[in-house]
Amino acid sequence: VSTSPGPDGAAVEDLLRTLAPQVLGVLARRHGAFDACEDAVQEALLAAAVQWPGDGVPDNPRGWLLTVATRRLTDQWRSERARRDREIAVFAEEPEPAPDRPGDRDDTLTLLLLCCHPALSPPSQVALTLRAVGGLTTAQIAHAFLVPEATMAQRVSRAKQKIKQAGARFAMPPPDERDERLRAVLHVLYLIFNEGYTASSGPDLQRTDLTAEAIRIARALLGLLPGDGEVAGLLALMLLTDARRAARTGPGGLLIPLTDQDRTLWNGAAIEEGTALITDALTWSPPGPYQVQAAIAAVHAEAARPEDTDWPQILALYRLLSHLSPNPMVTLNEAVALAMVDGPSAGLDLLRSLDDDTRMSGHHRLAAVRAHLLEMAGSWKSARDEYRDAARRTTSLPERRYLESRAARLNGEDDGRS
Amino acid sequence: MTVKYMLLIFNRPGFVEELTEAERDALFADVDTIMKELNESGEWVGGEALADPSTTKTVRERGGQPAVTDGPFLEAKEHFAGYLTVDCESEERAVEIAKRWPDVRYGGHMEVRALMNDSGTEM
Repeated sequence: VSTSPGPDGAAVEDLLRTLAPQVLGVLARRHGAFDACEDAVQEALLAAAVQWPGDGVPDNPRGWLLTVATRRLTDQWRSERARRDREIAVFAEEPEPAPDRPGDRDDTLTLLLLCCHPALSPPSQVALTLRAVGGLTTAQIAHAFLVPEATMAQRVSRAKQKIKQAGARFAMPPPDERDERLRAVLHVLYLIFNEGYTASSGPDLQRTDLTAEAIRIARALLGLLPGDGEVAGLLALMLLTDARRAARTGPGGLLIPLTDQDRTLWNGAAIEEGTALITDALTWSPPGPYQVQAAIAAVHAEAARPEDTDWPQILALYRLLSHLSPNPMVTLNEAVALAMVDGPSAGLDLLRSLDDDTRMSGHHRLAAVRAHLLEMAGSWKSARDEYRDAARRTTSLPERRYLESRAARLNGEDDGRS
Repeated sequence: MTVKYMLLIFNRPGFVEELTEAERDALFADVDTIMKELNESGEWVGGEALADPSTTKTVRERGGQPAVTDGPFLEAKEHFAGYLTVDCESEERAVEIAKRWPDVRYGGHMEVRALMNDSGTEM
């Protein structure tokens, strides 16, 4: 054990998050039972989080965690076996141990693919990924998602049951399934990122850790799959979006739209890294949805002032995105870009194509974009009605506040259009 | 990804007393079944049942001062009896839970309301 003064909790936590998937990988390969191994690693992580800050980090932290987790696992099996013994006196056959070659492979990808197994619902995929790959405790995840710890514990254990029922093992899926399974992983990382990013207006800073966690895992994934343009695209998108964090809210958590943000508050280093990543990826990879979204974010980021924004290029990118992954949310953004290029009535015409879309009718975002374009067109009374409609429909307090203030600004205004 | 919904339970005060024992058992068994399901699915957030409406204190301003009276402000056929909060993937799922809540079978009704949250996206 190191004799240096005890490391601080944050440093220990960083180390544990890095080691968590490695230790779980070794254990799961050796023993097979993912469910039990995951519990054992979680217990070892909790023990380390309590002991290391006071006692110091052991010389071989990975070995320490592996030893403690293995002990927990054998304890658990011994007690289960004793119980089973009393009941039916038959032992389940122990799985064939796989050879452990520490350090010669990284199990993070296998783990991610298992945690994002298609048999699980997205909330379960997110919970299991954060615990098994991110090394977060159930209490931390529950806190981040504002649900009781017991509820989150249940989501994790149910996720593991479903993996077991689906017959999934701790192994790489067959090559013909890998691409689709990897898309699910990217989606889960994107969900985790968004949960943290959208929370940055709220009082709860712990939720914004999710943003850093998603970026950390995406970075690790890109290290494992440097030839996947969508992994690079997702990481670039996260970096370019997160770069705006300090500028996106004002006093009291008030949301500030892109055009009104103080661009000097944007994180230049994150923009530079994200832009370099996406520029490079687009030279060798066929464009995918994350790459195109990252490219759009990069075009916004390169404009020093809102009026410098290259809207024709953004419009072209949204059209490409609509083609790659048709989705009414993309159409909304395309309508805004079209309004900036060809004027608000062109944008409003495109919005009309969403009126019959059951996914969008009654959605606050459709009303909010329509309000914005009507305001651009000088139809202030209609714009005010649409802002109010959007404010009533959103379940987000910061968005409601923003939309109400936009509506209030138009109060008493006569239409600018005769 | 998930949205929290509050399911508000409205029923007629005292209706449980008028049920047969078998009906009462079935009602509580239904509640147990749904609660167990919500716990196992990881959707349960919380919930409370309220005391009988006759125990209510009502506070309203009168003559510039808050005045307290015993009992609900209005004698209603139905009262707000309690709530449960769930965290689920869709409004359809929340409505489905509400449809199965047994009070609905005995003349009560449920309201499904989304909870406001602190997350927001700039536009």
